[in-house]
Amino acid sequence: MSGVTTYLGGRLLGVIPMLFLMSLVVFAIVYLIPGDPVDAMLGQDAERSARETLRSELGLDQPLWRQYVSWLGRVAHGDLGRSIRAQQPVRDLIVEKLPATLLLTTSAAVIALLIAFPAGIVAAVKRNTLVDLLAMVGALLGVSIPSFWSGIMLIMIFALTLGWLPAIGYASITTSPGAALRYLILPALTLGSVMAGSVTRQVRAQLLQELGRDYVRTARSKGLRESGVVVRHALRNSLIPAVTVLGVQFSVLLGGAVITEQIFAWPGVGQLAVNAIVNRDYPVLQGVILTVALLVTLVNLAVDTLYVVLDPRLRLS
Amino acid sequence: MSSSTLDSGSPERRPERSRTLGRLTRSRLALVGLAIVGLTALVGLLAPIFVTADPVAMDFGALLKGPSRAHWLGTDQFGRDVLARLVWGARLSVSIGAAAVALALVVGVPIGALSGYAGGAVDSVLMRCMDALLAFPALLLALGLVAIMGPGSTSTTLAIGIVYMPGVARLTRGVVLAERPQEYVQAAHALGQRDRWVLARHIMPNCVSALLVQASVNFANAMVIEAGLSFLGIGTPPPTASWGLMLNEARAFMTSAKHVAIAPGVAISLAVLGWNLLGDGLRDALDPRLTD
Repeated sequence: MSGVTTYLGGRLLGVIPMLFLMSLVVFAIVYLIPGDPVDAMLGQDAERSARETLRSELGLDQPLWRQYVSWLGRVAHGDLGRSIRAQQPVRDLIVEKLPATLLLTTSAAVIALLIAFPAGIVAAVKRNTLVDLLAMVGALLGVSIPSFWSGIMLIMIFALTLGWLPAIGYASITTSPGAALRYLILPALTLGSVMAGSVTRQVRAQLLQELGRDYVRTARSKGLRESGVVVRHALRNSLIPAVTVLGVQFSVLLGGAVITEQIFAWPGVGQLAVNAIVNRDYPVLQGVILTVALLVTLVNLAVDTLYVVLDPRLRLS
Repeated sequence: MSSSTLDSGSPERRPERSRTLGRLTRSRLALVGLAIVGLTALVGLLAPIFVTADPVAMDFGALLKGPSRAHWLGTDQFGRDVLARLVWGARLSVSIGAAAVALALVVGVPIGALSGYAGGAVDSVLMRCMDALLAFPALLLALGLVAIMGPGSTSTTLAIGIVYMPGVARLTRGVVLAERPQEYVQAAHALGQRDRWVLARHIMPNCVSALLVQASVNFANAMVIEAGLSFLGIGTPPPTASWGLMLNEARAFMTSAKHVAIAPGVAISLAVLGWNLLGDGLRDALDPRLTD
């Protein structure tokens, strides 16, 4: 495992400058606003005292580099500033909303994988048949239909026409798991459909590539059953590259959650970000973007590490 | 694409080009994609010829009417002609998509080429910057950038262009890194050709295939992000006709007037499907190794 430790150490070192650059981008969200950021946030009619308080809170009376260093220091200690509208620490707002977003994204990922892996495997094994064609058309529609339309269509069909599921809303999974599940199905399906399409295509392509390799031909020539060749040999190897897609997909899911949360009135960080823009509550927007980017970076690091653990060739190299 | 020739326009490349074109035209799905993309672009370009109705003109005597001879796709909550808004929405979507993809290419390709060719510290610094931008989910970064610049078509275009620029830079760098050690590059250097010339004349033509595929995928994603931002109410402001805005407004009338939600949804899904099909077709035609 020393190879993994060395790799992980190298990747961690590489993440540090990236985090620094990411912090610059997030910092710029408030400080690149044309004109006076205080005007942008409070409006020009705000009282002088409120303006001065916010200016001092944001450190706008300081030189830019000092503002950045001071902001970075506060962020490093978990202080993401104060919401202008809610008058609450941004960290508290994010901590309150993040579980809903994580529940939505992980459920969407589970739904996507449950659809994508069987569909991708069957499509590759039954290549150039009607099943393959249907799976690929389905996958293509999955990646092409935007979530803001599929969400509306799902509401129209399953909530408004059939009345099977609630159209919008949220219930806590700890206090009322049954209701939470009913509220979760449509948003998770909406968010997961894009990932399902993308992963199906990836699994099919990877499996086809493996099925064409020499070792598969050898396994077949030794008289192994086709199911054994696919499951024990080709599939195992084709899953390793598919793991890397999960990191990218997590980022896509978190981005997509912004829209899905808006459609289904799901109280997550995506909705928090949109409301922050509408209310010009820039510290909240900064906090959400930074938190999501950090999460994406951590997940990518975990996925890369998993990739090295799963593939012994990478450990050796 | 052959990399063994010193002249990208040499006769040796022509059979390869015709083979690529042949592969593209033999793919029925790619042709369907090309047809959809062409139709969307044509509708967008010739919007005023296709529909004479004003996309923002309100008619309070004809609110949320279903399809009729006067309004083929019906009217919305302000009595505006849905077909006219759809056609003008195509123009907006195509123009923002094209401008954003062009911006990503114009900025991303030189960054990637410089990074891959120069290597060392230049490469490290540029790529860490690109990685930092790539760490943000595309829609969330676009959201943040539009929040800085304010809503509107220009800011939406700039935001989407910036979001897709790092991917273009990374892709270009990858191809340049792969081509730099090739013999034809060393031969060009041995002939005394300058770095800039070698990069522009010999290495960059090898990036075209990969960039074409990437550009078509980015175009599809750019259209989705543009519509997504408008859907969230922070992209193109009303009353401008935008597919995302039309869908957002349609949510309030999902039970009483389904047609206002169906038309823009079908339009954007078809347009994105077209670009995805074209992207798949281009990838298969330009790099047959990737074909199943």
